[in-house]
Amino acid sequence: MMFIEWLLAFVQALLYVALAPLLVGWIRTLKARLQNRRGPSVLQSYRDLYKLFAKEARMAHSASLLFRAAPYIVFVATWLAAAAVPFVTTSLPTAAMADVIVIAGLLALARFFLALAAMDVGTAFGGMGASREMFVSALAEPAMLMAVFTLAMTAHSTNLASMMDYQLFNDPVLRPSYMFALAGLVLVAVAETGRIPIDNPATHLELTMIHEAMILEYSGRHLALMEWAAQLKLLLYGVLLANVFSPTGIATTTDPGALGLALVVVMFKLALLGVALAISETVLAKMRLFRAPAFLNLALLLTLLGLLSHVILEVGV
Amino acid sequence: MVISPLLLAGVAVALALLSALVSLFSARLPWLLRRVVTPLFTLAGLAALAAGLGTLIQGGVAVTQLPLGLPWLPWGVRLDALSGFFLCLIGVVSFAVGLYSPGYVRSFEKECGSLPALGGFSGLFLTGMLLVVLADDAFLFMVAWELMSLSSYFLVAFHHNQAANRRAAFLYLLMAHIGGLAILLGYGVLASFGDGFAFDAMRQADLSFGWASVAFVLAFVGFGMKAGLVPLHAWLPEAHPAAPSHISALMSGVMLKVAVYGFIRVVFDLIGQFHWQWSVAVLAIGSVSALMGILYALMQNDLKRLLAYSSVENIGIIFIALGLAMLFLSTGHPVVGSVAFVAALYHSINHAVFKSLLFMGAGAVLHTTHERDLEQMGGLLRRMPWTGLFFLVGCISIAALPPFNGFVSEWLTFQAALQAWQLDSGVLRSMVPIVAAVLAITGALAAACFVKVYGVAFLGQARSRHVRRARKVPFSMRLGQGVLALMCLLLGLLPTAFIDLLNAVPQQVLGHGLAQASAHGWLWLTPISAETASYGAPLVAIILVIALMLGLWLLGRGIRRVRRCDAWDCGFAPPTPAMQYTASAFAQPIRRVFGMLFHIDEGSEPQPDGRWRYYLNVRDRAWGLFYLPVAALVERASRQVVRLQSGNIRTYLGWTLATLLVLLWLTA
Repeated sequence: MMFIEWLLAFVQALLYVALAPLLVGWIRTLKARLQNRRGPSVLQSYRDLYKLFAKEARMAHSASLLFRAAPYIVFVATWLAAAAVPFVTTSLPTAAMADVIVIAGLLALARFFLALAAMDVGTAFGGMGASREMFVSALAEPAMLMAVFTLAMTAHSTNLASMMDYQLFNDPVLRPSYMFALAGLVLVAVAETGRIPIDNPATHLELTMIHEAMILEYSGRHLALMEWAAQLKLLLYGVLLANVFSPTGIATTTDPGALGLALVVVMFKLALLGVALAISETVLAKMRLFRAPAFLNLALLLTLLGLLSHVILEVGV
Repeated sequence: MVISPLLLAGVAVALALLSALVSLFSARLPWLLRRVVTPLFTLAGLAALAAGLGTLIQGGVAVTQLPLGLPWLPWGVRLDALSGFFLCLIGVVSFAVGLYSPGYVRSFEKECGSLPALGGFSGLFLTGMLLVVLADDAFLFMVAWELMSLSSYFLVAFHHNQAANRRAAFLYLLMAHIGGLAILLGYGVLASFGDGFAFDAMRQADLSFGWASVAFVLAFVGFGMKAGLVPLHAWLPEAHPAAPSHISALMSGVMLKVAVYGFIRVVFDLIGQFHWQWSVAVLAIGSVSALMGILYALMQNDLKRLLAYSSVENIGIIFIALGLAMLFLSTGHPVVGSVAFVAALYHSINHAVFKSLLFMGAGAVLHTTHERDLEQMGGLLRRMPWTGLFFLVGCISIAALPPFNGFVSEWLTFQAALQAWQLDSGVLRSMVPIVAAVLAITGALAAACFVKVYGVAFLGQARSRHVRRARKVPFSMRLGQGVLALMCLLLGLLPTAFIDLLNAVPQQVLGHGLAQASAHGWLWLTPISAETASYGAPLVAIILVIALMLGLWLLGRGIRRVRRCDAWDCGFAPPTPAMQYTASAFAQPIRRVFGMLFHIDEGSEPQPDGRWRYYLNVRDRAWGLFYLPVAALVERASRQVVRLQSGNIRTYLGWTLATLLVLLWLTA
């Protein structure tokens, strides 16, 4: 039983790695259609990764060992964080190993090394990207924690699988705190995954970049790992939004039929989220950097309100 | 024969005193300092560590009377779990500092006259800290406390030829004495109700809420001043950087924890009652300290000042955890209370380890480059790879990232805060989430702060000639850092083992330990219950390492050579070191968003040679808002007192007589 659960956790972790480029490809295709372009195929992001892995990696003269190690650390830490977010089933031993605070910590570890690697070569762009990334995350990370704490306090557990179980096995109640937390977490997800209006993943204008500025010096397999890690993070936030707030459909056992159904349901939910993201990215423009604090403070305030409304209105009633 | 922990603690004190004594002769024989004094210091640390570990493992309380003190007020010492834990903390850092210092003090050997002062006061400083933790009555406690404060004053003033250091040392002395006075008065309150200065008598004291609150406030002010809580912190970023780096490591890593010990001893043990009003005060002050500390740390460009401000932040986090413990204990939730208490203890030892490690790293950089200014550094990782590696471990730990140690205590604090739903009062319940938000923001800002430090100092390219010429530091300095880096890793990987060990402390002080913490084996840390939260630190680390190895094997195929090329230059001139992002540029977005919290003086002025100079000064608002008004008040009050000084002997005699009469009337 234990063995099957760990095996399932491993398969699920592989699913994350396998499906992450698909979500990005889906969003790109949708955006192209919304802009009246035909756009590349949904599978283009796989082809990009394959191309980058086949290419030779090069480094600047001034790059140190940290620069070489960083892509692996960033990828593995992001992947481990993703492996602890229930994707198709809640009977997941990795969710007990790494609760939601550890997931935030692992994402922060990835970000830490990403920012350090950006500063390693010693160009202005890298430092600028690192500075902005740490600035954005300084406001976004607390908001993310506050949002999940609202759910954690309701479920009396910081284990994501227990949180989902709690919602599945209790009668659905419309909680005001969840609405605040959901709204806040959506804003955080947009900011943390480097999407419009905080950052533009498609930009190639150095002065406006955040994430792209940090990985400017990378090439070949190093760049592929960095890109893949970013795609994993997007998928992670997608699953977090899709499964934590409405875990309907997710399997609570290791029954194959339920697992298959859960996979279909979660793919459907992610496809819907992709549509929403593509539309919002089409109608919104990127903000100036110093408009970002207003956006992020709103996220922090919403999530804090969610937590406060939970402890004031919902506890002990 | 089994050596008792108390005897070992005595040996530690004796060794520390001996090291102070021997160093008196180092004016004539400078080699004594490296060959005899610092090994004695190291052994003292080791003995203290052994004594502490022995107490924690064996349990029990050892008490004895010293043949010292006043005839009617003998000095007593007592070694219980709480003292044992702090002995471990002092011991492990002193041990590492002892290993580190031979390499560091070598540069002082040219100026022979100051060597006895350095070694002597270091030994006395350690003696003082050990005795504070061992004291069993207010008399010995205060004597040891003053010994610690005074000897560290002389260490802060070690580089006394610079006026700024003399000023910092005087400020430190002043603040230490105001704090000491508050502690003394606090003990006075307890002693007058408890009939005696022995701690046992004070424990028996039956205090009303009002008098207990007076004692609590005095202890909070006194120990908080020593620990560097905002707004009483202003001396800390001045004094800690002024001392030699290994002493800075002891001051920031250990002395602040001795203040935390004092607070726990007086409030949790001696007063022994908890009120939610107190916990609100502790939580508020702790939150403000954590947030202001890290924001000010982000603004600093002097590496040692930055580390000192970050100590303010970490002390804030410790007091947040203590405040949560008091809150849950006062409302009748002992399990959650002890989780928060353990979180505070765990963060104390974590901070002791990683902050000392970082100060040693700063010392190593200072030793080889004579530079403290981040804006002049860069590329040090290539010049000093071991120091770079250990400093990176320190940075990851202090930024609270898994799988290192800072994360464990932050995780435990969050777990305690998340039990806020158990509280009955809605007001208290809604306060805890705000504290948790502050803690989360602090953690994220700390990560930004230490990306700045490491990225600017150790990565990139050297920004000045002397930094480009940096060299490896002596082996002893690397060894000292290595020991602490290893401790960071162990404390992060095996939280269950360490929590089992320090579980004796809450059991003794609160009467309630963490029964559940390792109920599911050493792999799983489950502070409250497995359903509520679990963290498999060793598993996370093992999977991280296996996946990393696999990735390197699959893609890197060993250490494959990667071809080098120029960095991207947009097609213009190749990048130079001067074009890198600077430390102040890195912090600029945060400086702009939190601008109202700082006193910023920024602008540009023309130079005589026609060029323009940009200047930026970020000063602490505490000076203008708190210190200057208090100083003005004191000055005004002393003007009034001066009126008594007429210079006429008959007036003075009249005053004396009047005082005598009043005193007689009071006692009659």
